This record gives sequence, C-alpha cells and structure tokens, in this order.
Amino acid sequence: MRLASLPGVRMKIGLFIPCYIDAFYPNAGIATLELLEKLGQDVDYPMNQTCCGQPMANSGCNKDAAAAEALFVKNFAKYDVIVMPSGSCTHHVRDNFDAIEQTDEVRHVRENTFELVEFLHDVLKVEDFPWAEFPHKVGLHNSCGTLRALRTASMSELGEPFFSKPMDLLNKVRGISFATPKRPDECCGFGGTFSVTEEAVSAKMGADKVRDHHQAGAEYIVSADTSCMMHQQGCAERAGVPIRFIHIAEILNGARE
Amino acid sequence: MKVKPVNHAKAAEAFIEDTAHMDFHDERLWDLRQKRDEQMHLLPEWQDLRARASAIKEHTLANLPEYLEQFETNAKKNGIHVHWAADGAEHNRIVGEILEKHGAKSLIKSKSMVTEECCMREYLEPRGVVVTETDLGERIQQLDNQMPSHIVVPAVHKLIPDVAKIFAEHYHTDPNDNSAQSLAWQQRLAARPVILSADAGMTGGNFVVAETGSFVVCTNEGNADLSATVPGLHIATIGIERLVPRMADMGVFIRMLSRSALGSPITQYTTHFRGPQKGSEMHVVLVDNGRSHRLGMEDFWTSLKCIRCGACMNTCPVYRRSGGLSYGAVYSGPIGAIIDPTFNERKYSTLPFASTMNGSCTNVCPVKINIHEQLYKWRRVLAEHHELPFVKREVMHMAGKIMGQPTLYRAAINSTEAALSTMPRFVLYNWLNPWGKHRELPHPVKQTFHSWYKQNRLKTKKKEGEGA
Repeated sequence: MRLASLPGVRMKIGLFIPCYIDAFYPNAGIATLELLEKLGQDVDYPMNQTCCGQPMANSGCNKDAAAAEALFVKNFAKYDVIVMPSGSCTHHVRDNFDAIEQTDEVRHVRENTFELVEFLHDVLKVEDFPWAEFPHKVGLHNSCGTLRALRTASMSELGEPFFSKPMDLLNKVRGISFATPKRPDECCGFGGTFSVTEEAVSAKMGADKVRDHHQAGAEYIVSADTSCMMHQQGCAERAGVPIRFIHIAEILNGARE
Repeated sequence: MKVKPVNHAKAAEAFIEDTAHMDFHDERLWDLRQKRDEQMHLLPEWQDLRARASAIKEHTLANLPEYLEQFETNAKKNGIHVHWAADGAEHNRIVGEILEKHGAKSLIKSKSMVTEECCMREYLEPRGVVVTETDLGERIQQLDNQMPSHIVVPAVHKLIPDVAKIFAEHYHTDPNDNSAQSLAWQQRLAARPVILSADAGMTGGNFVVAETGSFVVCTNEGNADLSATVPGLHIATIGIERLVPRMADMGVFIRMLSRSALGSPITQYTTHFRGPQKGSEMHVVLVDNGRSHRLGMEDFWTSLKCIRCGACMNTCPVYRRSGGLSYGAVYSGPIGAIIDPTFNERKYSTLPFASTMNGSCTNVCPVKINIHEQLYKWRRVLAEHHELPFVKREVMHMAGKIMGQPTLYRAAINSTEAALSTMPRFVLYNWLNPWGKHRELPHPVKQTFHSWYKQNRLKTKKKEGEGA
C-alpha cells in the first residue's frame, strides 16, 4: 500500500542521495533537502546509505548488487516514503531491485520510492514555488529512466498527447523559458558503465546532445538526473560548447545565478 | 580454439572518427525515424495495431507446429514444394540440390536475411553457381564483399562516392560519378542482362500465411518480383517464425511494416505468391537455424515476433553512431543484440552491452518486443555464464562489496574530499579510465553532501533533541 496516496497523512521521508551527487554535485542534494523542508516535509537522511545497487545490476552482475540492496532496505524500510533526486536510481529500486529476497520490507521500500519530480507533482501536488525565479532559457533533458521507465513525460515514440511533469513544475518558476532541441528524447549516451566501455559512442552522443541544446538557444540544461548531466558537462567542456548545467531541484528551490 | 567476442566499441570508435560518413548515417536514419513518426501520427489506431500485431505473433509462436503443418498442407495443395531445414547447412544443401536438379548455374535473388544467416552465397559459389543480388543496396554490399549493415537499407553506411568507386571497379564506370541517379542507372544496365538470362530466381518472404499456403514478399525496387518470375524455378527461403495464421492478419502487418521501416505507407511492391507459374516449379525452404531453440527461452522467445522492419535500428542512438558493421553479425542494432547471442553466446557477448538501455527501440517496435528489457536480461545471463570481461567482473564485484559497507563506501568517497581533483579511486579504477578521453572529469567540490548534512542538519537535530 502506498501511504503517499492517502491524503492528509504526514509522511516521514527518507532522503536518498546517490553517490555521484554526494561526491560531485552536493548542491543538487542540498537543494532537494531544502526544497522538501520548505514544503513542510519531515525529511531524514540516513547516514549509512551508499548506493541502490544499480551499477552492478545494470552490468549483469546482479549478485554483486545484493549487499547494496540489502543495506538500502535496512536504511530506508522505516520511512513512509523514500525520495531521491535521480530517475535512474528510482527506476532501479522500483523495477529491477531483485538481487535480494522479496520480503514485505523490500516490497514496502520498492513501492514507496519516488523520484523527486514525481513526488512533487503526483504526491505533494505542489501548486507554487513562490521563492523560485530563474530568468533564463533552459533546455529540459529527460533522462531515459524518467522518460521511458518512470513515464514522467510523454515520449515521441508513442505519439501520445504531450505531457511533462518536470515542465509542469518548471512552469511555476518565474521568468523561466524553454529552448526546444531538435531531438529532445534522444539519449545523451551516459548509460552507466556504457560511458566507459563504449567511450567513443557515449562521448559522441553527449557532444551531439549538448550541441543540440546549445543551438536551440539554451543557456542551461536542466534535468532530474545528475548522472546524465555529469556526462554531458564533461562532453560540453571538452567540445567547447558554452552551456551550463543545473539540477531541477536547484531551480525549484530558488537558485539564482 | 575459443571464439573472440566482437569488439563493438573499437569498431564504433573507428566509425565515429570518419565524421562525414557518421554524420550522414546518423541523419539519414534519424530521418527515417521521423518519417515513421509522421506516418504513426496519421493513424490514430497505431497503438491498437501494435497490440494486435504483437498478439497475432505471440499466438502464432505459441502454436507454431500446428500452423507450420497447416501451411505445408495448403502450400502443397497449391503445387508448392515445401522443404524443412534444421540449420544453415541443411538449407544450403537443399537449395544446392534443387539448383543442380534444374541444371541452374546462375541464380538471381532478392534480399534475404536468412540466406545471410546461412552463408548461402559462400556455399553455392564454389559449387559453380553464380549468385547475383538484385536489391541495389544488397548488390553494392555483395560487390564490396561486406555483410548488410542494416536489415532494410543494407548499404546505408556508404556515401555516393563509395558506391561510385565500387561500380567503377566492377562495372568500369566513372569513379567520379557523383549522381545517385546515374549510378542507379549503371546498376540497372549491369543487372538487367543477368536477370534476363538467369537460370533460377530466389526470394525471401516477409510473411507466410498458414490458411492459404501462400507467402508475401515486400520490396520497393520490384527486384523480388523479377527474381520470382524467372522462368522455370522460384525458391523462397523463409524463417519459420514468419508465419501468420490468416490472410486477414496481413491487414495489420502490411499497414505497419513499411510505415515502421521507411515511413512510407506501404512498400511499392507487395506480392502474394500462391503457387508456381505454368511450367515452373516453386520451392519454399522453411529454415529453423536456432529458432525453435530460441522459442524455448523464457526471457527471449518474443524476439521471434520480429518482422524485420529495422525501426529499432533507425531510432537507436548507438546504432546510428556506430554503424551496422560494428556489430560483426548478420543482425545488427538492438534486435541484433538480443538475437545474435542465441547463435553464439561468446562471440556476441559484447552486443547486449552496446546499448544505453534507453528503451527507444522497445517503443517503436511494431510488434512490441521489449528489446531493452531483453538486453538487460542478456547481461545477467552473460554474467552468470562467465562471458563478461575479467576486469569488469572484478570491478563490479569490488564495487558491490564497497557499496554494501557504509564504512568502506565513506572511506572511498571521503578520499575525494582530500584529493578532489580526481574521481574516487574505486570509480577511476582500471578500465574506467577512458572517461577522460573525450570528456572532462567532474569538478572538485569543497564538501560532500554527507559531510554538509552532518554539519548543517545533524548538529541542529541533535540540539533540538537535547532541548526537548
């Protein structure tokens, strides 16, 4: 049962901060926490957290993901909901988290894990971010995990009516405008270990992605997934494409730049 | 001797270095994807068609023996000779014997992935049969001694000057002829006499209809019809999974095939073959070649639903940037990456990793094959069967250990606080080094989130706790 679907229930939120945000993009993590606090939520960050197990599982080494998954459950089972500023980690926990026995505790964790945009849009149904103003033209990058697994936006492949949860949220930010890249749904080429095992293709995809946004007039690429942006930023800097990167949590939390 | 796995990454790197070819390849196939989208938008029932197509194929595959027998019975009634080939070798032997019986020394054929699978040309040519491909792209590939790089547009990785060079070598035309129209004309001039004097014709088959004992061939060049109407002998080589139960099912598949493949409403030629011409023989060779084995694979059997439209290749950002030949297999792109390992697990063990698992392929597939989920499952199977490179296995094993223990993990992350100009040791370790080849590393930060939280929240929470 998803507690989050019950109206008026005060939820205890466990915050998961993925390793690359912890180490390289702490601002995205801080913004997520501050934003949830501003929205009146009761948020805890379990200090013993590590990883959701995705890197091992995506490499086929599912058995090697077991320890991380077990620890994840140990850290987060006591919370009503688990929120994370990462689409791909959410996708792993929700859809592929099966290296360990599927106990009631594990099922509770899997069913109540939310990516930040989904949580704000579908659970808290946030109407307004009065503190947020971002007078810049941004290009929205939907990671493949959010686009085609979590389904937080419509995908061009299906020809379905347009919807975009991240854009709904960003539209509540004063002064923001959007650039429209030519291939908005194309994967940026990060792909976890793909970024190193298929380095040439990965980097080419990343360079193409940032050029597409830049040519569409984007000053910033904004995304709910920092892993994609870590890769894109590396590609943009090497290719000399002048574009900046910001996590959606930072904009919604009122970042000024 | 152990087979070496295909080095997709290396071949892809070489493909990318040739900017002119790569950019054209990417744009050309992306254009097909966009045309496919336009066609999809014209049919409000598109998703319904996909669901129907998938259901028909799943039903047929679940009852394959019955439908195959039904086809055989009805085809024989129509005067078609039906042959069964368990594998490529048997297929080639059957075809060779039919040709020999007819004294056929020259065979013209339309494009068929099954004959590629069986390496039929390589078998027939030493036995004195001249095989000529009549599909333009396939002919270019034959002259250049390469496999098709795409299942629908086999020479899509080539530019016009490449074709001019190949034609100059074989047809003695102008190597600097940069007109597609004139090169196509040259091919026509070269092919027509061969077609007119051929002893036998061969086609593939896109669909086989059980209730009518007939089969359907779809092309845009009309070359299959020329190949099929060679007086005397028409052989059709078809995989056993091409079956549909009823003629009415064609109403679903014909509407989807060309729209998915090229973004055109229908193929220029959609020909139903129901029996031999007067005075001629028609033979159908039904090929298994690993298909019934695949049908028994719980996680992978639905790959047999594939109608070979190539939509997954056109949409695949990795395929567009690495070229079909980089897969080193008859079937390339996303569908190839889930089919090829069933032919040879070790040789094609790298292909399920030549993907970001972005899922675009699954969502354009007209028969709803969950391609990216099968890629994910293949990775697991390959890891369990010890087909992962040693270093990768070790790194993942070590990463798994570190991620399972907060103190080890914290030590690894905290070392980045001390030396933040590099990535954490466990991330940088060994084969992960290529990150920096075409990319910058992430920037160092003053503090991890973890230590920020400790400083800015834990202390306050503690104080609040003390106050209460």
